[in-house]
Amino acid sequence: MTEPDILFGVYCPPHPQPLLSPEASDGYGKIREAYETCRKRIEDSDADLILVYSTTWPSIIGHQIQAHPEPEWVHVDDDFHFLGSMPYKFRMDVDFAQAFRDAAESRGLQSRTVSYDGFPIDTGSVVALKLLNPENRIPACIVSSNMYANRAETIVLGKSARDAIQQQGKKAVVVVVSSLSNRMFTEHIDPTEDRIHSAKDDEWNRKILEFFEDGRLEDLSQLSREIHGQIRVQKVVAYKPAWWMSATMGQHNNYTGEVLAYEALHGSGGAVVMLTPSSETVGDKEFDEDDVEHYHGDRGVLDKGAL
Amino acid sequence: MAKGEIVLGCLAPHPPHVVYAENPEQNEAFSEGGWETLRWGYNRLARKLKTIDYDAMVIFTPHWQTYIGTHFLGLPEFKSKSVDPVFPNIFRFNYDISVDVELAEKMCEVAGESGIITKMMRNPDFRIDYGTITSCHMLNPEWDKPLVTISSNRNAHYYSPEVMNEQAGALGKACAKAIEDSGKKVVLISSHSLSHRHFVTESPLPEDMSREHIYNHSQYVWDMKLVDMMRGGKMREVIDIMPEYTEQTIAETEAGGLTWMMSAMGYPDYPAEIYGYQSVIGTGNLIAAWDPMEATREIVL
Repeated sequence: MTEPDILFGVYCPPHPQPLLSPEASDGYGKIREAYETCRKRIEDSDADLILVYSTTWPSIIGHQIQAHPEPEWVHVDDDFHFLGSMPYKFRMDVDFAQAFRDAAESRGLQSRTVSYDGFPIDTGSVVALKLLNPENRIPACIVSSNMYANRAETIVLGKSARDAIQQQGKKAVVVVVSSLSNRMFTEHIDPTEDRIHSAKDDEWNRKILEFFEDGRLEDLSQLSREIHGQIRVQKVVAYKPAWWMSATMGQHNNYTGEVLAYEALHGSGGAVVMLTPSSETVGDKEFDEDDVEHYHGDRGVLDKGAL
Repeated sequence: MAKGEIVLGCLAPHPPHVVYAENPEQNEAFSEGGWETLRWGYNRLARKLKTIDYDAMVIFTPHWQTYIGTHFLGLPEFKSKSVDPVFPNIFRFNYDISVDVELAEKMCEVAGESGIITKMMRNPDFRIDYGTITSCHMLNPEWDKPLVTISSNRNAHYYSPEVMNEQAGALGKACAKAIEDSGKKVVLISSHSLSHRHFVTESPLPEDMSREHIYNHSQYVWDMKLVDMMRGGKMREVIDIMPEYTEQTIAETEAGGLTWMMSAMGYPDYPAEIYGYQSVIGTGNLIAAWDPMEATREIVL
């Protein structure tokens, strides 16, 4: 069976500053530039689907998938309403949304499509789609983040996305909208003085970015619970985006990773990262496996060390 | 100018199911009913409100979540459609509300003076959350009173339920002072469920009451404990155990609404009026009211 055609993945932050006030600080401007780079890469690719998993779209009744062909509204963020409004009109791939729902259900998940005029598309999805696909050249699909889902369910959801991409023969760009550390300052700040909320958050963010840069997405997925405990404000049960992204892209570490920007967004860690599948990096990571499908015996790593 | 006062405090849960079940003309979805215990309780409390002289409703809502301080609606009119992001199949409500901006600004000012981070929300495109709409519609379906909506600052997420309790209490005190200074008669609304664990599946017909029950018995027992304490006029004690209750039942009290309202009302030591308790998609929902006037206080249930 052929593998699903996933061209590359993008990990980007949900905050509205890069869209609404990129000039307010150097950092916001750098995030915006990184979005621009991703936009150009997407435009230069022959992608025919942008699939978004947004951590700012929580769901309760299973996993919701946006299936309105042209959702249109003027969105305003709950916290950053003073930065302005975000009018949007997107083009959704309805056939893919339905195929994704069917794939999720066939893997035992509760899932449903939503197609209602005025449905509130979340800040993260609006920011990502307006910056990555401003002309709606490529149809998109958005999936929610179920607030009760944990590792097993989120990974199966990613596999369902993979099933649907494969079944539909799509060339997909996978977009995950999430902060790294997500603790914001609890007071209003001068954007020019924005910084990561704490040294600890910053250190962890940089460690995560090392993994991204090395293409170690599956290793990040394995670290999700630790990341959640260390640097995630406990709004939900778990840090899920790495689980979903890795499961959707194939649960391996063979990527060319590019960290295009890392800046503070009102104290939280905002990074724009691209991960492009590669066939050249198998086995050159610290704890990477030669083959994740078959066991070929111990690798004898102790023989190659200082002993 | 006479001092303003709080004439009633209402615990008013906002599962959109109760609006859906009422079939008001503003909601696009159509139902065959459901959740009568809650709806009839709401209907009775709405009738009581008709007998009370008041100028505005002030509502604290968990579904306008802010992390950077407490925000207040700051424009006189909002007209749009609210679609529930979780239950869009049952709640697509066309609203047209008026806001008591003067009172909102006063609350924002007094809260700011007491050290609370605050912000007025003056973006005309801002969409009113479904918590505000559900509670206010059920209490006042005519929509003939102006509102003040207060966002819920999520201290329980950033710190702990104990910090939430402290800060919501401080906000309540500030709002009470602002109301007093305003000279207005105000109804407070704390908009939330009690226990708040949902089912993650929905029956094909959402109003199929043969499928409705509390998520687990532990939540029910905790909810009933709170109801008993409310009947007994032990609101100081209820707020004292709020952190533990909130953690044990992942209650929607985590947003701080009940603490805010009880603080603003001086932690009533008189019995609450109980109007109804029922589960909605597994969560525990209580309608209750605190009437400071002994002469009009009732034993409802």
